[in-house]
Amino acid sequence: MSVLVYLESENKAYKKSAYELASYASAIASQLSTEAIGLVINNDTPESIGGLNQIISISNESLHTFTAERYASLLSAAFDKSGAQYLVISSSADSKYIGGMIAAQSGSSFIPNVIALPENIEGKTAFKRTVFTNKGFAYTSSKSDRCIIGLSKNSFGVHENDVTSKVEIMTFELNEDRVTVTNQTTADGKATIADADIVVSAGRGLKGPENWHLVEDLAEVLGAATACSKPVSDLGWRPHSEHVGQTGKPVATNLYIAIGISGAIQHLAGINASKVKVVINNDPEAPFFKAADYGIVGDAFTVVPQLIEKLKVFKAQNA
Amino acid sequence: MKILVCISAVPDTTSKINFTADQKSLDTSGIQFVINPNDEFGLTRAVWFKEQQGAEVHIATVGEASVEPIMRKALAIGADKAFRIDTHPSDGFLVAQALSEQIKKETYDLVICGRESIDYNGNMVPGLIASHCGYSFINTCTGLTIDGDKAAATREIDGGSETLETSLPLVIGAQKGLVEESDLKIPNMRGIMSARTKPLEVVTPSNPKALTEDLSFEKPASKGEVTLIEEGNIDQLIELLHKEAKVL
Repeated sequence: MSVLVYLESENKAYKKSAYELASYASAIASQLSTEAIGLVINNDTPESIGGLNQIISISNESLHTFTAERYASLLSAAFDKSGAQYLVISSSADSKYIGGMIAAQSGSSFIPNVIALPENIEGKTAFKRTVFTNKGFAYTSSKSDRCIIGLSKNSFGVHENDVTSKVEIMTFELNEDRVTVTNQTTADGKATIADADIVVSAGRGLKGPENWHLVEDLAEVLGAATACSKPVSDLGWRPHSEHVGQTGKPVATNLYIAIGISGAIQHLAGINASKVKVVINNDPEAPFFKAADYGIVGDAFTVVPQLIEKLKVFKAQNA
Repeated sequence: MKILVCISAVPDTTSKINFTADQKSLDTSGIQFVINPNDEFGLTRAVWFKEQQGAEVHIATVGEASVEPIMRKALAIGADKAFRIDTHPSDGFLVAQALSEQIKKETYDLVICGRESIDYNGNMVPGLIASHCGYSFINTCTGLTIDGDKAAATREIDGGSETLETSLPLVIGAQKGLVEESDLKIPNMRGIMSARTKPLEVVTPSNPKALTEDLSFEKPASKGEVTLIEEGNIDQLIELLHKEAKVL
């Protein structure tokens, strides 16, 4: 009973999340004294990754654009064929889209938002996962022999391993997808909230959309993604896609910088999985100071420009 | 067009979450339950289809009698008929199976679920329903129009969005953006009065099964004190982020 892991690719190379996923799958496999097998779609020459013994590489013209039905049926077929006990998938929008579909097709269970290796509780194999949007954790076990594990981003980390992965090419017959993608828009070259190591976020404290150059400039120096609080997206100052929090996007980044965000419980829930939190706010009573690691009580309009200048110097020295 | 909106009852977003002393379940004392926000965006869009395109809107909730107040609220917002599937919603598999049974009985052109419920964050119910019922599926849906049996949608992807086309019957995973926050429907007095007499049918499901089990719960460890840095001492912040936190 091996461990199968779906490693997402982009432009024929692994996505960043693939390295963490491969490390996690290898670690479960070694706990179970079995093999971890990677599954890669449309990455012609997949390199060795994260201690995986084997990589199954699938290339097919019709798979160049992600469509859920095809990807789900392919992963489900691979899961069935491999006889694996676990299928590990990421927490990307695409993987969350197909998680339930694969579970239904393969008759397996699905435990999403997992943040740790399995442990034994009451004689059962339990996976720790976040619930209530990071306001709590559950230890969840599968009642089915086969289970899909959705790994939360930035929860396990990348563990270097120099095992060479044996690559096997496979082909699958695929049906037409009933849903077709007609157009795709992505901000090229910009860090995304899903992938960035650093996220710079701002709230109503910035007083208006015309002041967002502060956020963008700071994000640019840091190579960070930009985000905002719920009121800011509701006011239309920033697009919904930037709203982070309980009803927006979750953030699990290494460094989260909050400017002029008071820290409502819904916002904190959404960003709580981030490792280090910095808050800049002129109100020393702002609840965010209780949730942050580092804080500056001060005016964003004086602190942020200084921070940008000093970071430029720091980056130049440490380049 | 016949639409089903699947609704779950979740703790209000401002709730502080506590677990019972045995760590086995959510401590519901003092918690106000509301319509799951992602479902609420879906419900508002469904009512829009009713007003603009003459759709018939049903809602379904899997749960015990305690969920009926939020179901009445959904009726007051504009749904025509409600089904309460009378069982404890112990996991996403059980919920999806119970809902799929109801969907197959009634048959719908469009089934709207929230992309996830904000309590157990399962992310699986709409995808499971689509697979069980053989409907098309579009998740993280931020826009939807329907013309005859054709549907055009936008979906949020990591770092952008895409537009998609498909045909009915369709399941969508709804979220913010499907309708604007400011367009969310608040029940008016007439809605509330008429909701009292709208049909709310209690359905007994045939033995749906959970595939997962939550053995125990815990709260996050409490956070250490924040390190405050003087406004004029930005260098110290950079130094701490570089050397102590090691994130720069």
